[in-house]
Amino acid sequence: MGVEPQGNGFSVDGAEEGFISDSEAFASVINVLDGVRMAPSLVAQVDKEQYYYLVSVVNPGRKIGPVDEALTVTALKALTRAVFKIDIMYHGALLNNIFLTSIWDYDLETRNAFLELITTMATLPDKFLENCLHVLLCNFRPPNWLKAPFCHSKRWLMRKKEVHSELHLALHCITTLVPLAPVRLKCLIEKLMSRVTEDKYIMVTYVEGLLGLEKNEIGKFLGSTVMAKVVDLLTDLDVNIPWEDILQEEQNKSVFVIELGDSNQDDEHSSIKQNGVLKCNVFADKLDGLMVVVCDHLKSCADTGCLLEGFDRLSEIFRRAVLKLHKSKFTQFLIFYACSLDPDTCGLKFAILLTDIFVSKDEDPDSRHPSSSLLEFDRMKAVAYLASYLSRAKFISSSLVTSILQRLVDWCFEYCQLQESREKMISPQADRIFYSGCQAVMYILCFRLRSISDVPHLKQLLFHLPLDSILCHPTLDPLKVCLPLIVQEFLRQASAARLFKKPMPYFYDDSFESEFSKAFGGIERLDMFFPFDPYLLKESDRFMRPNFEFWDNVRTTYSNFDGDEVDDELEDLDVPNFPDDAGGYEVHNDIDFDNEDDIELPMSKMSITPKPSFLHPIATNFSQPSLMPARIRPSQSPPSPRQGILSRREWRG
Amino acid sequence: MEGLKVAEADLVVYVHPSKSNQVRRAVLRQLSSLLFTHDEIFDGVVLAYEVNIPSKRAKVISGLIPYIGVKIKANLLLFSPKPSMLIGGKVVKLGKESIHVVVLGFSSAAIMLEDIREEFKYKIKHGEGVFASSSHKRHVIKAGSMIRFQVKSFDEEILHISGSLLPSNTGCIQWLSKHGTEDGSYADSSLKTSDIQREMQEEGTLNTTTGDKSPNKTQKHKSKKRTRGDR
Repeated sequence: MGVEPQGNGFSVDGAEEGFISDSEAFASVINVLDGVRMAPSLVAQVDKEQYYYLVSVVNPGRKIGPVDEALTVTALKALTRAVFKIDIMYHGALLNNIFLTSIWDYDLETRNAFLELITTMATLPDKFLENCLHVLLCNFRPPNWLKAPFCHSKRWLMRKKEVHSELHLALHCITTLVPLAPVRLKCLIEKLMSRVTEDKYIMVTYVEGLLGLEKNEIGKFLGSTVMAKVVDLLTDLDVNIPWEDILQEEQNKSVFVIELGDSNQDDEHSSIKQNGVLKCNVFADKLDGLMVVVCDHLKSCADTGCLLEGFDRLSEIFRRAVLKLHKSKFTQFLIFYACSLDPDTCGLKFAILLTDIFVSKDEDPDSRHPSSSLLEFDRMKAVAYLASYLSRAKFISSSLVTSILQRLVDWCFEYCQLQESREKMISPQADRIFYSGCQAVMYILCFRLRSISDVPHLKQLLFHLPLDSILCHPTLDPLKVCLPLIVQEFLRQASAARLFKKPMPYFYDDSFESEFSKAFGGIERLDMFFPFDPYLLKESDRFMRPNFEFWDNVRTTYSNFDGDEVDDELEDLDVPNFPDDAGGYEVHNDIDFDNEDDIELPMSKMSITPKPSFLHPIATNFSQPSLMPARIRPSQSPPSPRQGILSRREWRG
Repeated sequence: MEGLKVAEADLVVYVHPSKSNQVRRAVLRQLSSLLFTHDEIFDGVVLAYEVNIPSKRAKVISGLIPYIGVKIKANLLLFSPKPSMLIGGKVVKLGKESIHVVVLGFSSAAIMLEDIREEFKYKIKHGEGVFASSSHKRHVIKAGSMIRFQVKSFDEEILHISGSLLPSNTGCIQWLSKHGTEDGSYADSSLKTSDIQREMQEEGTLNTTTGDKSPNKTQKHKSKKRTRGDR
């Protein structure tokens, strides 16, 4: 028989010192409950007072002493035994107080007693299951008063971990006793999900708790509910971040300054504008916090070996929801990170998923079908994702890239074959899928041509692809339609690698976009859609950065070429902003930033490769002459385009 | 165990036109949505089904959405515990005041102290709580044991059974099967089960429709139809 220290009897006038045993407490509680089990007007005053005393003891709130807490424990334990006496009609106040409890306020014993009570109440026929699940879910959130700076203290972090694991355990127990509880739990999770307006810390803690539930045994009953709701929340936040917040503050600097090479060790230079533009945005902040939590969850899944199921769910959610979103900014990086955790399986699966969507034949082939335009856009988005993914993911092997390229090129080639009997006119809208496919191939090759050519058997495969017949097709002419900067860069690299047997037309068009590209891109401007462009959220950046390929670090096929060849091409281009010492990126990977002598590097070493990052969809300054991408170092680079040209002329002497 | 029965049903499933190229899958999906829910028409919880689509022809319903009415024959496994039936389940939790049982892996049942006969007393043995019989030393109910109990009531919404251990033929199944009960009521209950089985074999098919609940067109089966009170 347990003996509780310092418990009061449940009589109002007894503030008796002394001990109260379990059975006494139990009998007492039964009495109290029975005392009010009638119409309110009939209840004796004494009984009423005792009852309300019990109500207050059960959930006393914050900042109670150990004596009161012990009393609460006793009361809860006694109630656990007396649950069958609790009546939904007459004991409303008691139930209310129980279901509004936040267990963060209490210590271990009280929490255990409370959870025991909840678990037992959940098993009663038809009465309390929903409410019990509700109170447990709500307790994943910290109480309102727990805000910064308290919430980061060690004590509360510990408390958070304890509370979450106890809640998981309680839910698991309920599932053992009531096997169909997860059905109710699913509905509740959907109802109680955070809204975008919630406070950041509360939201992040709640999502963390939910994701822990997914890892638990209950997770297999919940299926992808939890992950789907979390991704919904992420995308809600994502689309609420206005594009203006991402644009540069100063108009002169080109947008590509966002992309900074990760080989930068020098803090002073590498912190240029880095993510500063997103500082003020509340939604971005919340999204950032959530991304950290979800990435942590994925990492722990990978550590415990259950990444594959998590990834399958995530890719299904991606296919259903994220793919159809109009230009989500950061949510797609979740799947990027998941792939990076297991490149051979997950990375491969994702690439194949996207390729399958693009070449899919089970969509309606009749282009006159009204819904086919939606499917077209889905396929275009899929190939845009594919191109960006294969280019930016460091962990994807060249052989995988080559095999995917083969599939893409094969599809484009078949498409070309079907165009034999057409009039000779470019119609970007009609052939938009084809153009997006071609652009994807060129984009991937901009990043990967060098690394593929370095492997002999892959080089063979690549060089045998019918690229020139596709790209130089007389009627379709993708080189004219696709984004000029990509075309330019691709042709440059291709000629350096001698990819084509006959000389390709060289385009002097350095404009950012053309009428044709706008036409094939459609309203959503899918011609400029590069979803895996550099990541801008600060806290979660550490997950993405190690696996992300920045353009700065890409080895291009012409980077070995010094000399006049490069020089001559510079003459005619409008190149206001020169990188002062940017040379072959391969050669200058460990650039010494502090070296003032860089200014005097010979022109031959300069590279003015247009960076595809420039083609970030948010660039809207079309009236401005196109700025050549550069690794900007404020101490050396000229502040305005004019001065840049001037300086160059000076140097030439 | 009582409460389980197999019923043959003639059903009509209404399939949305968008699924017309995967009719069987749509039918299975529609039937799956019935699982683990209590259905008044079947008078029980559908636990399993077996579907046979006899004909390749189906009628298209005229209306806003031209649903396709597919006629199927299904064998359904139904669970419908009625008061005073004897049900078996596994004990998952024992408290001083209650025993919690899970029946067939999905239905939770609770037996309150007031419904447990005097014979059983709560004791602590080897560190865990058990209900031990005071008259039969070996008759012990503990966590993990399979017990037979009588149904008091069945909540159809959350599939919760309220049970009772008052009758003497209830208790731990293992012990009961070895010893039977003293007043021979165990023998009676076994007779009862075979009676019911015979009835089930004689039973005709349950004619019913699902989905939009359109009127029953097969009048000729009416004579074979049993009402619920017969069983």
